[in-house]
Amino acid sequence: MMQKIETLFVDLSDWFIAWLQSLGVPLAWADGILLLIQFLCIVGIILVNITILIWLERKVSGFIQQRPGPNRLGPFGVFQTIADALKLLTKEDIIPSKTDRWIFLTAPILFMTISVMLYIVLPMGKDMQVVDLNVGLFFFISLGSLTTIALLMGGWGSNNKWSLLGAMRSVAQMISYEIPLALSLMGVVMIAGSLRLSDIVAAQDNLWFVILQPIAFLTYLISATAELNRGPFDMPEAEQELTAGAYTEYTGMRYALFFLAEYTNLVAVSALASTIFLGGWQGPWLPSWLWIIIKTYLVMFIFMWAKWTFPRIRMDHLMAFSWKVLIPVTLVNIVATGFGLYIFKGIGG
Amino acid sequence: MLSTERLTINIGPQHPSAHGGLHVEAVLDGEVVLDAIPHVGYVHRSVEKIAESRTYAQFVPYTARLDYLGTHLPVIGYVQTVEKLAGIEVPERAEYIRIIMGELSRIASHQLFIGSLAIDLGATTGLLYCMRDRERIMDMFEMTSGQRLLAAYMRIGGIAEDLPAEFIPAVRSFVRDIPKMIKEYQGLLYGNEIFQARLKGIGKLSAEDAIAYGVTGPNLRACGIDYDIRKAEPYGIYDRFDFEVPVGSKGDAWDRLMVRNEEIIQSGRIIEQALEQMPEGEIQAKVPRVLKPEKGKSVYHRIEGAKGELGYYIVSDGGEKPYRLHVRAPSFVNLMALPLVSRGGLLQDIIVNIATLDPVLGEADR
Repeated sequence: MMQKIETLFVDLSDWFIAWLQSLGVPLAWADGILLLIQFLCIVGIILVNITILIWLERKVSGFIQQRPGPNRLGPFGVFQTIADALKLLTKEDIIPSKTDRWIFLTAPILFMTISVMLYIVLPMGKDMQVVDLNVGLFFFISLGSLTTIALLMGGWGSNNKWSLLGAMRSVAQMISYEIPLALSLMGVVMIAGSLRLSDIVAAQDNLWFVILQPIAFLTYLISATAELNRGPFDMPEAEQELTAGAYTEYTGMRYALFFLAEYTNLVAVSALASTIFLGGWQGPWLPSWLWIIIKTYLVMFIFMWAKWTFPRIRMDHLMAFSWKVLIPVTLVNIVATGFGLYIFKGIGG
Repeated sequence: MLSTERLTINIGPQHPSAHGGLHVEAVLDGEVVLDAIPHVGYVHRSVEKIAESRTYAQFVPYTARLDYLGTHLPVIGYVQTVEKLAGIEVPERAEYIRIIMGELSRIASHQLFIGSLAIDLGATTGLLYCMRDRERIMDMFEMTSGQRLLAAYMRIGGIAEDLPAEFIPAVRSFVRDIPKMIKEYQGLLYGNEIFQARLKGIGKLSAEDAIAYGVTGPNLRACGIDYDIRKAEPYGIYDRFDFEVPVGSKGDAWDRLMVRNEEIIQSGRIIEQALEQMPEGEIQAKVPRVLKPEKGKSVYHRIEGAKGELGYYIVSDGGEKPYRLHVRAPSFVNLMALPLVSRGGLLQDIIVNIATLDPVLGEADR
């Protein structure tokens, strides 16, 4: 029984391919159709996750702030997100006349597209990965940095001073934090000896990398917070300063797309953290795809905790922190990892 | 060489940290502030002109709408001015109740200051903590007057109604909990590295500049000047209480916060003493139904409001309405120091400076 649940999704896709072949569809075509379905599944996973996540974020923030949080729609207010999504969908879509129209219109779509693409390489369970790229980690990081362009487009295209300031901040911030983010993952790559995410998960068979690389885990969490534009590093949005930063001029579903994309990124970054540092889908008793969900939500809780407790950092402090603290620390970590590996391999033969 | 442009950006009047209807015209070079000019008047209700067409008693509720965050203080200031003008003695008990309500208002105002500063820095939870504690004060105001925010509880010559039975225990338990509240703010906000980095050394105001600009209240005391009207020129019965005047040293945003934080504790001490000393008895002096102060008499009376020196200047022409009434609003005067403290800082510091100068626009615009 346990085995059945464990391999539920893998069996389903195998059965699907077999079924298509029995209908006389060539294998290559069947694989293509399966890929399409997997992509749709990813979108489904994202949407379901975000619906839960937004509700959870509100409940968590309510808990931290000693208030009940949403509690009107459904039990514990679980339908609040759906009601909000419907509200945003039915809102008037305002495109200000002085905007750079095409840039303004494509920015949220680009942002969302990039965020969805991050999921392609994430292992969501044993043998559950859409594409197992041999440069999976590299793919993830490079795509993640593309979101800067979407934010810059949104801020520039809005033709609004607040948006422009928000966009400029986001570019400065994301470029600065891209480096420690990538560097903090390098230690893990050195130990695992591969950029392939499934290899990294396999390398944590006995010991999670969070124990071998605790500093890297911390620096990853910090720089990922900045990458995600979440508090205390939510410079591009910075509600109390820049009204809504790069999103100021967006309304209705276009605004919601930005919002969704940020949460999509949050899930992706947390899933990557649990894949790289917390042993991925490995774990006893429960099926692998449940383990990754549990770990991802635990990491997301840390992000929420930080957001609802810390004040926003100042822009110049933010930049100084990246260049003067995080980058040196991650570099030292890499050097230390190198020495550690050298000694370890020397002892081991 | 790239040509750069100065960016003029309007913070407010519709802005999340505009504290009501404040409009700050910020001139930026990148994110560095070259100038920040406050424009007031968006909440102007011509209160001073209204005073000329209302009797002395009718004008009382209007004053509650000046500093609506420390609502009893402007009312106390007004009724005391009128009492001085007409030579009315206020009963002991009423004086004590005024002290209690005034200090509770001050605590409420300072708690909202801490909360709004926290949310302006992006720490949403700080606001909720302060609001939760301030709520208890609002409940006490509701007990006494039936109104939470704009309780026009004071009357010329006394107060409207005596305290209900449940009020004293509520105040006692609140005062007892003040150290606990401060400890929570300490844990959540003051102890936070980011919070300190955002406030320390930001928006420095020197003592000379503060005096030259007429800055008063906690903002002045943060610059290191020991000046509190409750001590310097005790009005009402403030000379009977033992309390300290907290003073800062650097005049930066952090000191402005710390002075207010300490004032909450001192206000708690005053309330405790007032509860001890409060006698039974009358709460309302005999005041003629239609108050007609002597013709040509004028009075300036000032109190230590939550934001600074809150003064009323009333000129009587012998009629039942004031001939002229002027409010010396501390928020307005303090706000004028904003360009001075903001220049050379960053855009994010303007927000901190607005929050720590603590203007309430109902008072600044009148």
